[in-house]
Amino acid sequence: MAGWTQHEGRALALPMESIDTDQLIPARFMSVPRRDGYGPYLLHDMRFDEDGQARPDMPLNRHPEANILIARRNFGSGSSREAAVYALVDYGIRAVIAPSFGDIFAANAVNNGLLPARVPADVVEEMIEALGGETADARVDLEAGTVSVGGSAAAFELDPVWRMKLINGWDDIDMTAQHAKEITAFRDARRAAHPWAWPRG
Amino acid sequence: MSARTLLDKLWDGHEILRRDDGASLLWVDRHLVHEGSHHAFAKIGERGLPVAQPELTFAVADHYAPTRDRDHLEGDIARMIRTLEDNAARHGLRLFGLRDPRQGIVHVLGPEQGLTLPGLLVNCGDSHTSTHGALGALAFGIGATEVAHVLATQTIWQRRPKRMRLTVTGTLGEGVSAKDVALNWIAKLGADGARGHAIEYAGPVVRGLSMEGRMTLCNLSIEGGARLGLVAPDEVTFEYVKGRPFAPEGAALERAMEDWAALVSDADATFDREEVIDGDEIAPTVTWGTSPEEALPIGASVPDPANLPEGRAARAREALDYMGLTPGRTLEGTPVDQVFIGSCTNGRIEDLRLAAAVLKGRKARVPGLVSPGSALVKKQAEAEGLDRIFTEAGLDWVEAGCSMCVGMNGDLVAPGKRCASSTNRNFKGRQGRGARTHLMSPAMVAAAAVTGALSDVRPLLKGRV
Repeated sequence: MAGWTQHEGRALALPMESIDTDQLIPARFMSVPRRDGYGPYLLHDMRFDEDGQARPDMPLNRHPEANILIARRNFGSGSSREAAVYALVDYGIRAVIAPSFGDIFAANAVNNGLLPARVPADVVEEMIEALGGETADARVDLEAGTVSVGGSAAAFELDPVWRMKLINGWDDIDMTAQHAKEITAFRDARRAAHPWAWPRG
Repeated sequence: MSARTLLDKLWDGHEILRRDDGASLLWVDRHLVHEGSHHAFAKIGERGLPVAQPELTFAVADHYAPTRDRDHLEGDIARMIRTLEDNAARHGLRLFGLRDPRQGIVHVLGPEQGLTLPGLLVNCGDSHTSTHGALGALAFGIGATEVAHVLATQTIWQRRPKRMRLTVTGTLGEGVSAKDVALNWIAKLGADGARGHAIEYAGPVVRGLSMEGRMTLCNLSIEGGARLGLVAPDEVTFEYVKGRPFAPEGAALERAMEDWAALVSDADATFDREEVIDGDEIAPTVTWGTSPEEALPIGASVPDPANLPEGRAARAREALDYMGLTPGRTLEGTPVDQVFIGSCTNGRIEDLRLAAAVLKGRKARVPGLVSPGSALVKKQAEAEGLDRIFTEAGLDWVEAGCSMCVGMNGDLVAPGKRCASSTNRNFKGRQGRGARTHLMSPAMVAAAAVTGALSDVRPLLKGRV
């Protein structure tokens, strides 16, 4: 995963609460291998009707060029399916701005280079209003911890661990490999002190 | 050492190291994988990495498990199940496959087999891993990148969540269950109300719950946004664990019991947040909208968006439109098209007993599916004659799996149909595109089956439990 510090793009509001993981990617698409790409399934049932026709009133259908999304509280709540993040990332989304995120979703996002930027609800409402259903130029600065949409800037909250991970594009497996000795020592000590913690049979 | 909460004790006991930025590297005692873990296996496969600790990794077929006719698997379902079997074989993992007499939903099977124990850290690539916290285990769901990390290292990087204690005072009335407790606190605090927190459930109501009830409560922690749920282990827990196939016995059990006795929050430990709800005030509860926080007592009316502040009103209007409900009408009496009993939330033997107590000698007015949480739950239910109660009522008694909770195996609710469901998510499209889900306890689902509508189970239980 490549690290990044700044992104300039087009922001679009999806002015809804609780855009959950089942909406981000309906379960029926989750057996697809990642290499095939998940972009077509992003918000599938919101974007397309039962006959597969694009719904003209869906903001993302009017502005498919958007790569920063703004939404109301509790974005990505629900399942641990990382496919919800794959759908966003493969579609081209780089950041989501919302007052709150599902915890597992946010962790998955960071693991795939997608920024879950927490911004107070009143600021999000101002952004939604300012955008008025259209897109605007937007800029994300990970080091400064700011997002600016249509010229007005706001600070976002992000766990410092996650910020560094996004900037450096760290791979956890590589990082953990440096601690192999400590892990082995911990395992052996645990097994000696708490033998019951290993499954019988 | 200063006073610690149960969360702190579990965390400290698994912390291999902590970085300056606050991230802990934790040891994982049990890693449970399922068909949906295919992304994670592909990730370690691309790097040519083995599974670090195959003896601590267990594979379970549940999400795509057909609940009927397992002799003729086709298409994606066949491919997903075969992929899991292939990955288990390639990495030397113990597999609970479709033909295993112990097969079931991973969160039912883990505790049932004694894989989940007090004091363990349990990870699984599924948000309802919070279920296992009912035994006093540190258990939380993770995404595919993290699953790959656990496979490759048997460890996980995490920041310690904040500590929240949720105390349930009083006593639960007849026909009121752990499901109702959960839906009530989620309605009160919001679907993101416990975000960033680990919840320790406490108080007389929680102490009075069976293991099954505690699992339901912890299972739904995630629906209120919590990272995980915990119940301090006690005699109920120890009795449940003893004698299970993978649980310790003999000297190992004695050693374990000494360790487990310490798994309580110290009396003077402080929590970042304390919440109290009154068990006496809780009535059988149903959801009316498309988020688990949109729940009300069965005697309430459908909310009228006109009476809500603007932000909330828009959300409620959209939810009611999807659900096909009329503001101001009573929830009770809303006709349902079908029912579902099962899932990791409410697919255990006690859940089936309660539903059967309502259905015994009665006929369901609508079709429905009963899918036990595991093959062993199914066997037990059949030994008790519960299957006959369900089938004589007109419901379908099928094999174990995630089934209609998430519909990946083809058990779907048709567009526009209304389903009374003992599951965990009433999200749009969760049970199938356009499906209308009302969450409730298994007893309440049984009441909906008998009456063909959302109903208060209490009159139907009179003289039966």
